[in-house]
Amino acid sequence: MSRRVALEASHAVAEATRMADVDVISAYPITPQTHIPERLAEMVADGDLDAAYIPVESEHSAMSACLGAAAVGARTFTATAGQGLELMHEVVYVASAMRYPVIMAVANRALSAPLSVWGDHSDAMAVRDTGWIQVFCQNSQEAFDLTIWAFRVGEDPQVLLPVMVHLDGFTLSHVTEPVLLPEQSEVDRFLPRYHYRFALNPDQPMTHGAFGPPEIYAETKLAQAVVFDNCKKTILQGWQEFRDVFGRHYNPVEEYRTENAETLLLTIGSFTETAKIVVDARREKGEAVGLISLRLWRPFPFEEFRRAVRGAKTLIVFERAISFGLGGPVVAEVRSALYDEETRPKVASIIGGLGGRDMSEEDFEYVIDRGREVAEKGSDRVLETVGIRGESEALKR
Amino acid sequence: MAITEVKFGDRLLTSKEFLAEGHNFCIGCGEPMAIRMVLKTLGENVIMAMATGCDEVTTTPLPYTSWRIPWMHTLFENTAAEISGVEAGLKILMKKGRIPERRITCIAMAGDGGTSDIGLQALSGALERGHDFVYICLDNEAYMNTGIQRSSSTPYGASTTTAPAGKMSMGQITRKKNIVAIAAAHGIPYVATASPSYHFDLMRKVRKAADTKGPAYVHILTPCPTGWRCGGDITVQIGQLAVQTGVFPLYEIEHGRYRLNADPPRLKPIEEYLKLQGRYRHLTDDHVAIIQEMVNEDYAGLKEKAACFPVEAKE
Repeated sequence: MSRRVALEASHAVAEATRMADVDVISAYPITPQTHIPERLAEMVADGDLDAAYIPVESEHSAMSACLGAAAVGARTFTATAGQGLELMHEVVYVASAMRYPVIMAVANRALSAPLSVWGDHSDAMAVRDTGWIQVFCQNSQEAFDLTIWAFRVGEDPQVLLPVMVHLDGFTLSHVTEPVLLPEQSEVDRFLPRYHYRFALNPDQPMTHGAFGPPEIYAETKLAQAVVFDNCKKTILQGWQEFRDVFGRHYNPVEEYRTENAETLLLTIGSFTETAKIVVDARREKGEAVGLISLRLWRPFPFEEFRRAVRGAKTLIVFERAISFGLGGPVVAEVRSALYDEETRPKVASIIGGLGGRDMSEEDFEYVIDRGREVAEKGSDRVLETVGIRGESEALKR
Repeated sequence: MAITEVKFGDRLLTSKEFLAEGHNFCIGCGEPMAIRMVLKTLGENVIMAMATGCDEVTTTPLPYTSWRIPWMHTLFENTAAEISGVEAGLKILMKKGRIPERRITCIAMAGDGGTSDIGLQALSGALERGHDFVYICLDNEAYMNTGIQRSSSTPYGASTTTAPAGKMSMGQITRKKNIVAIAAAHGIPYVATASPSYHFDLMRKVRKAADTKGPAYVHILTPCPTGWRCGGDITVQIGQLAVQTGVFPLYEIEHGRYRLNADPPRLKPIEEYLKLQGRYRHLTDDHVAIIQEMVNEDYAGLKEKAACFPVEAKE
């Protein structure tokens, strides 16, 4: 029997990590991630969690210590945000290439400069090529569920890949919501004990992390690409099993009121819930507006995404990051995913919610209206944005 | 060949080699000498994390490996953090009964760049946190793997490719960073310097470091014929001269107490050490005099520290 409790999303992640019986936590504090390691440290201090908590001196070391712990077969967890993810950037690549299934919660945060501790998706986008499985949460329940699920998928012997669980800084990480907490026995049923076949061990000396001369480096990368492609199966299987045990189901692309939708709004993360309210209002008015949300960001869910947008006339991508000189990183991928489709919606890109800028219902009303215009007539602006002040002359291309 | 204990001087030493033949170290390199001694001392119950550098690239070109011990490498500057994870992971897995309880020595090994420069933060963090591990720095006094660039461990007067001697320059104008004192300043239980030219001393210190509960730091000077511009056949001799001239004294710091392990009645003139190495070829007599003064000063300082803690009986 699940218990319904009020939990901050960060604490939901910590609780999931505890119930996963993690062995090693290695973390460095950074706003807005702090509530996650704080809670875990507290659990260890109180004896509620039998794990090693390594209070490292940087995020670079946080991930590095996770690699060391993973190499000896420990179940490992860390959490970070924004600058922290950037500081550990090179180590993030190593985790996936060496197939260490480190689980990391990222309380998404904007990147300096100027300094901002508040939320957007710049940090998540900067690591999209690192070979990690990346999923986004919309609420505290998902933060709990996807953390448990991340261990199940990442540690699968067919996968052995690290997983990033994204929760928006503050607008999700610091929000308290009702969460259904399962019984430990249910978690144990879903998540088997981790056994790492290649653990460093004096009885079976092994070399981890040899270097790749030109004669072999390329083959290692191809092998990694194959593994990454194959992990999709386990991702879906993991969600299937999750439903069987806990009754909640997740999809690579979540759809909301998409039936016969002419206009589709695409969102990622916690603002999806605000967008849903606006979609409801539009439907009330008789407009055929629907919403899709990318839950799985890596591997990119091509098939599910194409299926979700099939039949729509307009797709409006709302995103919280800028790729300078390109536009929005998400819309670039979305367009590329649609390129080979016989019929495809017109696509508009609108950027907002940067550095903690809030997105109100009115803002999403604007996103839908302006998005339709842009999709139809194109844009003469450097960037199409929402909720950002700027001289209209300067924005002309 | 059967593994036996062989007589080595007055000790017994395993004939087993944990660093296999076929690696790509330069001829006469001091590093494999030191590594072999370290591993013969500690045996097979070890796990090693190694930084990017000469020893890593010469021993593990995929799909080959020279390591007959469990060994890992990820990056350049994170070795101390990595071994922190190894140590913490082993401990908790043993506590939870997931792996059998046993004594495994966790070794981190890195060069002088990976220790004194880019890896300093991770090292400081790991020492401060008190993990039970042995950190071994193989100091060849420059970034040799990338082509003899200066590091903060390069001594005053040495010519390197990024601090070259020239008409307007005498090479390195800074003094070698005292990473040994920095390690000791963390208040860790055991710190030592060692040289593969003094194998018994080196092996005794490595043993002691491994037996120490908590962090131990061993700084080993490993002559580099390629970067020091000297013959590959005088590695041992150069290592001896480094000690005999006082430029690299052998000492231990136990819980902050200094002890000199070799204190020759009279130090040999530094010139004897410098003249064998092409990296000092450009130095004038005046430069040599300055270096001599530096060595005298540092050595006197060390003796002062050691004198504060007189040791009654020699080991």
